[in-house]
Amino acid sequence: MSLIDHKCSCCGGDNPEKVKVDAILAKYAGKQGSLIPILQEVQGMYNYLPKDVLEYVAEQTKIPVSEIYGVVTFYSLFHLNPRGRNIIRVCQGTACHVRGGKTILQKIEKELGIKAGETTPDLRFTLETVACIGACGLAPVMQINDDTHGRLTPDKLPAILKRYE
Amino acid sequence: MQHIRAHVLVCNGTGCKAAGAEKLMTSFEKWLKKYNLQDEVAVVPTGCHGFCEHGPLVIVYPEGTFYCRVQEKDVKDIVENHLYKGRIVERLLYHEPLTHEQVPDYSEIGFYKKQERLVLKNCGAINPEEIEEYIAVGGYEALIKAITTMTPDGVIDEVKKSGLRGRGGGGFPTGLKWGFAKQSVSDKKYVICNADEGDPGAFMDRSVLEGDPHRVLEGMAICGYAIGADEGYIYVRAEYPLAIKRLRIAIEQAEAMGLLGDNIFDSGFSFHIHIKEGAGAFVCGEETALMASIEGKRGMPRPRPPFPAVSGLWGKPTNINNVETFANVAQIIVNGADWYCQFGTEKSKGTKVFALTGKINNTGLAEVPMGITMREIIYDIGGGITDGKKFKAVQIGGPSGGCLPESMLDLPVDYDSLIAAGAMMGSGGLVVMDEDTCMVDVAKFFLNFTQSESCGKCTPCREGTKRMLEILNRITEGEGREGDIELLESLAYTIKETALCGLGQTAPNPVLSTLKYFRNEYEAHIKEKRCPAKVCEKMVGFTITDNCRGCGLCAKNCPVQAISGKPREKYVIDQAACIKCGACFSACPFKAIEKG
Repeated sequence: MSLIDHKCSCCGGDNPEKVKVDAILAKYAGKQGSLIPILQEVQGMYNYLPKDVLEYVAEQTKIPVSEIYGVVTFYSLFHLNPRGRNIIRVCQGTACHVRGGKTILQKIEKELGIKAGETTPDLRFTLETVACIGACGLAPVMQINDDTHGRLTPDKLPAILKRYE
Repeated sequence: MQHIRAHVLVCNGTGCKAAGAEKLMTSFEKWLKKYNLQDEVAVVPTGCHGFCEHGPLVIVYPEGTFYCRVQEKDVKDIVENHLYKGRIVERLLYHEPLTHEQVPDYSEIGFYKKQERLVLKNCGAINPEEIEEYIAVGGYEALIKAITTMTPDGVIDEVKKSGLRGRGGGGFPTGLKWGFAKQSVSDKKYVICNADEGDPGAFMDRSVLEGDPHRVLEGMAICGYAIGADEGYIYVRAEYPLAIKRLRIAIEQAEAMGLLGDNIFDSGFSFHIHIKEGAGAFVCGEETALMASIEGKRGMPRPRPPFPAVSGLWGKPTNINNVETFANVAQIIVNGADWYCQFGTEKSKGTKVFALTGKINNTGLAEVPMGITMREIIYDIGGGITDGKKFKAVQIGGPSGGCLPESMLDLPVDYDSLIAAGAMMGSGGLVVMDEDTCMVDVAKFFLNFTQSESCGKCTPCREGTKRMLEILNRITEGEGREGDIELLESLAYTIKETALCGLGQTAPNPVLSTLKYFRNEYEAHIKEKRCPAKVCEKMVGFTITDNCRGCGLCAKNCPVQAISGKPREKYVIDQAACIKCGACFSACPFKAIEKG
């Protein structure tokens, strides 16, 4: 039985998650090419795309789950596993590369004890690399959630990471 | 009406925001109130001025005084001395890196002097979240002129005459493209703005969208009128949240004023614009892949023909242009094609915005007339190479472009000269590299990027780039073999000729151009197992010399704690733990760390 089928434990009504997903689906009902925005909004709700929810979206939109899986795995911004509360994106673009972006990534990997693409066991951080965030004037840079941190050196990193819980 | 005697423009582009510009806004308001100036001095948040290296930027008008790297603590000084007492705060002025001269006036700074800011005219000069400010500087005049006084064919002829070519990289004549879409007969047509700026090292589209979003909307609407479309999409990277936010505001405001929407100016012409957020795939910058993505599918390219002008989005005729191309349209319509033709060269008209990055003093955005030399861009505008190092190469055009050596610096920058030199205009990223950059490593870096972004549909790109990357990996790891260069070349030419889309066809360019101009570096890696720039990790090591004064900075910067020692004594590197990242090398203030 999937998450989405559960009834609410207090009132016996629909699972509140189902209500939210239904609202997203209703918003795009009948509109062409809405799969990607639907997935973006669902991911905004859960922080990732749970398997049972994808199956529910497939059922409701009449798009085969295989096709949804194809789309989800094609785009780098979709995730099939739970993610950390804070997302670190270390830029590895050209400008950051020539100004030492690699040492920044290595230092963070060392500080957090995880590799790029992984999440800390306490779900505090997910570490990712990105090909360019377009703030090349401040290279090397990284983004934590919506904050951009520029002109980085390895010794500045521990203090920056401390600010995110 | 109250009289505003001075305007304080605070740059709110992504670069300056990251450097702390938002705090400046509130701080200015606070201090202006303290000095009771809030009714006579206005604080305006603007888009990007382009000089990101020196952000956060603040410009005070009417004088046009240019303050750089302004921090919260400097705000009181500016309010008290400049705005209250009328004395310029000299310590915050810009200093020319070569002459150390102070330059108070915005237009006199070397970085801006040689620029011809047409597309970026409003960026940094107006508040991008207020449509009135855009209208006040002539905004939407072109749209009104086009739909009330010109025929669709007249608009297309004017764009054709202007010689405008696609700024996304390919350089296809824009007017011709519009003409094809106009000729297609259909009940429905679309206009798409390609804002999927994925080239690493390029951020001009983002700056235009953040700093002057209405200019792009206006260009799209004019295109819609010309080709007979009533609906448009802007496909923008989700990595650009600020650009998306400002576009949303701009569309809302334009619709509220009747400048977009149904029956614009009672002309019978309607035009609606939607925003589509990308989901992170470089290949979606390719037009057929982009349309597949808007349709909600995997963003994979398809063979052309049929071209989008015949069968595009949902099978309907579609015209796709890049952000900068659309941003050029309004001024051509208002000022006429003849005016536009005064800028640029015979075959490349107008200006081009470049993102200057890498080992260059003035990183940022620069808009220059076509035909300017690379040397002028790098030395006069860019202020030369950082730390007095020697120039080695400039990479132009992103992962699809090439690396040009010093001997090509006097090459005029236009579409055709660049192609002839083995590079391409691309979207306009210029990454400057100095003597410490290894060209084989650079080629590997770009190929690594295109290989991981390859969509996998066609074999030459999927398999070919992978094999090329394997060869480059072994060369940089000291395992290069005799014959590797020839093998790289033969793979590169095969991929160029047989790949399905632009991504694959141009992916070998960085390898081919570095092979053409820096072949000796490849040979040194393969034959002598030596990296001349001392970058390739497997071929270098670091040691601390007797110059060490025991300051400990190296140990502090080492990401793996491989350096140990006592204060004021010589430190040592544990070679077994060292990952050869070079962090200590760049951190040492006494040049006591040797590479080799």
